[in-house]
Amino acid sequence: MFVLVVGGGKVGYYLAKELIDSGHEVALMEKDPGRARQIADEIGSIVIAHDGCEGKYLGEAGCNRADVVAAVTGDDEDNLVICQMAKHHFDVPRTIARVNNPKNEALFRHLGVDELISPTRMILGSIEQDIPVHELLHLAALGEGELELIEAHLQAGSPAIGRAPRDLDIPDGCSLFAVIRGGVASPLRPESVLREGDKVIAIGKQECQAMLHGQLIGDPETATAG
Amino acid sequence: MKIVIVGCGRVGASAAETWDAAGHEIIVLDISTSAFERLPSGFGGVAIRGDGTDEDVLRRAGAEGADIFLAVTEGDNRNVMSAQLAVEALAVPKVIAKINDPLRAAAYAELGIATLCRTGLMVDAVNDHLGLPASGLSGMLAPTGTHPGGSHHRTPGAAKAGTAAPVPTTSDVEAAPSAAVEA
Repeated sequence: MFVLVVGGGKVGYYLAKELIDSGHEVALMEKDPGRARQIADEIGSIVIAHDGCEGKYLGEAGCNRADVVAAVTGDDEDNLVICQMAKHHFDVPRTIARVNNPKNEALFRHLGVDELISPTRMILGSIEQDIPVHELLHLAALGEGELELIEAHLQAGSPAIGRAPRDLDIPDGCSLFAVIRGGVASPLRPESVLREGDKVIAIGKQECQAMLHGQLIGDPETATAG
Repeated sequence: MKIVIVGCGRVGASAAETWDAAGHEIIVLDISTSAFERLPSGFGGVAIRGDGTDEDVLRRAGAEGADIFLAVTEGDNRNVMSAQLAVEALAVPKVIAKINDPLRAAAYAELGIATLCRTGLMVDAVNDHLGLPASGLSGMLAPTGTHPGGSHHRTPGAAKAGTAAPVPTTSDVEAAPSAAVEA
């Protein structure tokens, strides 16, 4: 495959290097002559010291015969234009853009960029996955603040799985009233059997929460025990 | 008319001044407040510091409902992105982007944005003055195609301008049959 990489920062440099090691034909465009020379010294004469946003230089770099164009500069607008020029002017079958501002993803996709890589989004996703989700989620405070609207996500180990609300020890002053299953919300009846993955919506007094937690989420110790 | 100008350089400031004096509602954006010093003291429009390639900034600045959107910062690509946001997200009917690279200017005219290319304009102004023939470079180009966003991206061979599925929000600027190069 012939891959045209635009942007000789850290991402572009390592990308080009890896691609060459995997046996692909690579051209790397970097507009800063100093940086271009530095990369050329290290990985050979595949570097074109020109601005990859400029149509003329894209053409000279062989954009019209590229199988893939990867726009990995640090500027979203540059990456967008490189991909659009590659796509619409040079008929490149596959364009990949690095997107720094996650808000730009929708626009880029809409404007025809084939694939988007958003480091910001990926790191964000990774951080969010690490946040423990086996907790009650407080959705809102009701009344004078003494009541809370709560969501419990039933995950493996929850004592409520396979049981119905009438079999659970729900504290007084607390009501389980809805269940969200597969994105669909429905009223939770006393006899509805709960499944793993369900999200149970409850209203209760603040002091009921510990008990609700034990019934719907389970304690780590008791969960593994039974 | 409500006119949004992104970039308060010489071109942006002069356009803002002229159209403000003509009684239009002007919103001018620039990432540097010092750029607004180019505006006359009696300027009656709104000058806002902000990034014109950020959709939220454009909305907060009141760009929604604009009749005309002019992207004239010094960066070709910033202008392209800003103009495409104006078309796609804000549904502005007349959008013009300054693109000094003649190839890019022609390409984006095919993609539905009116483009303004200083390179072509100046070369041909000189040619005209000297009585030489026009260069054929893009100057002010009317949009000749439809903005992308349709399904044509999957057929690269047929992906040139004109084959795109019409996008209703694109533009009411009439597609000109050929590029109007100003001499």
